[in-house]
Amino acid sequence: MSERISVEIVTKVARLARLDLTPEEIDRTTAQLSGMLEHFADIDALQLDDVEPMAQPYPLDNVFRDDVIVDGLDRDEVLAAAPAAEDGRFRVPPIIGLDV
Amino acid sequence: MSDALEIAAAVRAGSLKAADVVEQHLAAIDGREPEIHAFNLVMVEQARERAAAIDAMVAAGNDPGPLAGVPVALKDNMCTRGVPTTCSSKILDGWKPPYDATIVTKLADAGAVVIGKTNLDEFAMGSSTENSAFGPTRNPHDTSRVPGGSSGGSAAAVAAGFASIGLGSDTGGSIRQPAALCGVVGVKPTYGYVSRYGLIAFASSLDQIGPLTNTVADSALMLDVIGGHDPMDSTSIPVAHPSLLDAIGEGVEGMRVGRITDLPEGADPDVLERTELAFDALRDAGAKIVDVEVPAFTFGLTAYYLIAPAEASSNLARYDGVRYGLRVEAPDTNAMYGVTRAAGFGDEVKRRVMLGTYALSAGYYDAYYGKALKVRRLIHDEFERAYQHADVLLTPASPSVAFPFGAKGDNPLAMYLCDVYTIPANLSGHPGMSVPFGTGADGLPVGVQVLAGTLCEPQMFRAAAALERAAR
Repeated sequence: MSERISVEIVTKVARLARLDLTPEEIDRTTAQLSGMLEHFADIDALQLDDVEPMAQPYPLDNVFRDDVIVDGLDRDEVLAAAPAAEDGRFRVPPIIGLDV
Repeated sequence: MSDALEIAAAVRAGSLKAADVVEQHLAAIDGREPEIHAFNLVMVEQARERAAAIDAMVAAGNDPGPLAGVPVALKDNMCTRGVPTTCSSKILDGWKPPYDATIVTKLADAGAVVIGKTNLDEFAMGSSTENSAFGPTRNPHDTSRVPGGSSGGSAAAVAAGFASIGLGSDTGGSIRQPAALCGVVGVKPTYGYVSRYGLIAFASSLDQIGPLTNTVADSALMLDVIGGHDPMDSTSIPVAHPSLLDAIGEGVEGMRVGRITDLPEGADPDVLERTELAFDALRDAGAKIVDVEVPAFTFGLTAYYLIAPAEASSNLARYDGVRYGLRVEAPDTNAMYGVTRAAGFGDEVKRRVMLGTYALSAGYYDAYYGKALKVRRLIHDEFERAYQHADVLLTPASPSVAFPFGAKGDNPLAMYLCDVYTIPANLSGHPGMSVPFGTGADGLPVGVQVLAGTLCEPQMFRAAAALERAAR
């Protein structure tokens, strides 16, 4: 089967998806995505130029509601579920200052 | 007693204690749950407390509501405040949501007893419940076979008598296919019929919550409770839904039942035979069989497996080790994202996130995602035309009866083909349901799928009830 997607592209996609895949996972994913894209070529023959894309099924748009003030989620309860919190905020490892 | 309508009527009348109903179901769980593994969590104490409160209401002369004392099993992708909700994923293991899903609130208001959280394919991605981080669920009819998926835990829980009603979510067939494989009724309502607030998102334009039940009437009862507009879900349809319980008594005299003449091949002979007998049953009950064409039906699989992973790759970006769930430590935040997600997601979730990210990425968007959205429109419009000639359509729900564990190997496409008959209704937004209609190979249950137009649940339920009567 001709490869429809390369290891290089899969490596780049994994980076975009924030997934640290192992080299074995990259190889396996490349083969599996190739097989799927081969199957997905069945829609290539369809004449779709005049077809409007459909992003969601029910034609609702500009959904408005009254601006009623209600309680939000309890902050302590929300932070209790976080891997790390400090001073009422989510705590994360350094974002800047490291050579990344 | 396991039918919800009977339980609720008896509990409301004071002739049956909700506490006894709960104990009966907990005993069933004690007996077979070790081999079935339908649940990620059985809520023993909460269920007992709740049942006692319902009995106290009845004793005080108050009405607990239309689901009084009915044990309900919730798929573990529905948020329950303070009760672990995992999506059967390591990345959410131990997470306790700070809020209830709207359906959970509605169940409480209707007097239901939530008895546990059920197993699923991780993040509802799969058709066999083999993709759970906590081990597979087994089919109560034959424990060497899968229950279907992704709502396999809820389907198995109902089939095994662990709960009177299960709730599932259906993105490409995840209620209807396990219902078929476990021999229970399973409904995916019209997109927007039931609020998705608190349903952990897989593919937001396709996801819909619905019931798995022993009878068509119980599904009607459940949808009458959980259906309706919710200010917390702007995609929920702002109309009042007519009672489906009232609709099912009406019969199918004069109803036009459509046969899709160009349905994709691939269903097993036993399944096709049962589907033919379903057409005969509706004809005998007074319906008229008509032929319709849906030529784009066959392209549903491709459109779905581009659109659903694309939406999933976006929805699952939130699992980054910051606000909830698993974090794997790393020197900086960017590195932490990558190692956390690699450790927390299983193979199928990673595969779909990769596929979706690729389909949305610069240079490939038009060729894949953009084209899939056009195919989606094509499928929707063809179904709309078909529903001008037919009130409901009949197809198989699943191409086969329940299959053995490991039968699909590690070929993702083989597993995806399980959804070939259910996917189009998710793309188009139309309702569909699976109704048990006898048995096929090895005496295993076969489900027939009834499809109908937007918000045409009453017709769909009338046809389903007629099939149920014929099957008995």
